[in-house]
Parts: sequence; structure tokens; C-alpha cells
Amino acid sequence: MKTRFVLPLVVFGLLVVMFYFALVQIGKGEYNPRDIPSPLVGRPAPSFILPTVADPGVELDDAAFAEHPVSLFNVWASWCTACRQEHPFLMELARQGAVAIYGLNYKDQRADARQWLSRFGDPYLASAFDAEGRVGIDWGVYGVPETFVVDRAGRVRHKHIGPLTRKVWDEKIMPLLATIRAEES
Amino acid sequence: MRRVVLILALLAPLAASHASIDAFPFDDPAKEQRYRRLSEELRCLVCQNQSLADSNAELALDLRRKVYEQVQAGKGDGEIVDYMVARYGDFVLYRPPVRPRTWLLWFGPLLLLLTGSVVLFRFVRHRNAEAVAEAGELSAAERARLAALLRDDDGGRE
Repeated sequence: MKTRFVLPLVVFGLLVVMFYFALVQIGKGEYNPRDIPSPLVGRPAPSFILPTVADPGVELDDAAFAEHPVSLFNVWASWCTACRQEHPFLMELARQGAVAIYGLNYKDQRADARQWLSRFGDPYLASAFDAEGRVGIDWGVYGVPETFVVDRAGRVRHKHIGPLTRKVWDEKIMPLLATIRAEES
Repeated sequence: MRRVVLILALLAPLAASHASIDAFPFDDPAKEQRYRRLSEELRCLVCQNQSLADSNAELALDLRRKVYEQVQAGKGDGEIVDYMVARYGDFVLYRPPVRPRTWLLWFGPLLLLLTGSVVLFRFVRHRNAEAVAEAGELSAAERARLAALLRDDDGGRE
């Protein structure tokens, strides 16, 4: 075969391999080209103070993260259908006491949020009520649901975009928790 | 004439397409200019192929409001852009910055064009050379005919 035919064939072959690999990753849900990496990872969590969903007279602020070795900060809303998907798993996590879970109720109505929690269950130690989404902007929230992993020092360690699943938990979050716990000792 | 009128009528909505969807009041036209320009330089993270100015997404509205508030508060363009990048990363810049990570994005097309041109050039030259080689040598009779033709041409030009 003439060499000048081999080169385009090789390039084509490489492209096929690349595209196949990318498509498989997308199919498995492990790669989403639309995901935006967060510049907050490795940096201190943005400070905030908001009324809670349950009681407007009670406030939740970022000092809460200092009370636990690791916390999840889960962005949710009653109008978000994908949040229904991850909810059973969050309930399981809360039942196991694996990690402290705080909620950021994003651009919602208080009544709707409370109804949603009473209907489906409340896995949160507390949910901050971010009616206008301003705290969301500080955290770089661009979709719902999103989940942040925050350590005791108040540093963001990881951001997960989309519903939190057992698979993501086992593969990405658990190892991170182990690392954080090891740092503490 | 009717066709001209029809075309103009169909094109008329384009003039309106730059009208802002929001009604953010500005006292200072300079500030309004800056707001518009910043809205065009920042990306909507939901409709990721649109700028904040073009997008109808709710997040785009929220972010435009944020830009408006900061412009009104007297923040500089650089400050506002830094604010957004600190929260959303480089991707929020509609025009990607030129960094080593984006060199391929910026210079890739030019590289491809140059490579393609070189390949095309060499291919054409090679093919021409082959065509000439295949044609083979001229026979003696053909050479005589060629000479006669050339001489005739010269004569004709007088």
C-alpha cells in the first residue's frame, strides 16, 4: 500500500478510537461535555447567611461546616425533577449517618419547598432558603441539582453536577471522605 | 418592487433582535454601554453557545442583573469579569482566553488550513508530474508537428 494512503487511514483510525471512547464515557454517564469544572474546588467555601426553609426565624451560615468532619451541601428545589431522582439516595445517606447533609433550596417558594420535604422526606440537617439565587451565584451554581463536598476547615473539596448516585458516591466521594478523615488524624 | 418590499418586511425583525429583554434602568448612558458590552462578553452557562445578552435562560437573567448591579455600584469591567470567573471559571468568558490550554482551539484551524494546503499542493504537483510522465515522450512526427505549430503561431502574431 502506498504510504500516502496509509497516513490518512491511520489518522482516521485514531479518530474512530477517540470518538468511540468519548461516546462510551458519555453513555456511562461518566463524561458530560457540558459540565463546567468549579474554580471553588480547593478554595474556601463562599460565606453566606440565609434563613432556613423550615423556620425563617432560624438562620444557616457557613459556620455549620465546622461542626462536622465532612459535609455535603446539596443544591435542590421543589421544581427540579432530577432532584427527585437523587432524593432516595440522600435519604439513605442521612439514615446511615455517613455524612452531614445541608441543603441550599435554590430559587424556590418556601411553601413548595416545605411541602416537598414533608412529602418525600427531609435528609437535611437544615436547608438554607435562597429565594433569589444570590448565594447560588456565589457558589457558581448553574443548574440543579448540584452537590458540594466541604471539609471542617470550610474548604470545598469536590463539586458534583447532576443527581448524586450510589455509583458516584462509591467511586468519587467515598475515596475523598477517606482522604479527608486521614487528614484529620 | 413587490419582492423588494417583501424582503425588507422579512428582514425588519432583525432590527429588533438587539432589543434587551430586561428593563434595567440606567441614568448614565456610559454605564448602559458597559453593561451591554459585558453581557455580550460573558457566556450563558445554561445555553452554553449564547452570551448572557442573547440567552433567555433564568440564570442568564440573574447574571445580567448581577452585572447591572455591579456596573451601577461603580465596579470596573475587569472587576466584574473577575467576579464571574472566580465563581464559574474561564468558561464564563464568551471569548476564550488565549492560554496554553486553549492554543489548540485558537490556532488549530489555522494549522489545519496550512497543513491541508501543503498536502493539496503536493498532491496536485505529484499528479501533474505523473500526468506528464504518463503522456510519455513525443515521437519524431509529433515533435515536427509541434515545431510547425509554434512557428505558425509566431507568424500569425505579426
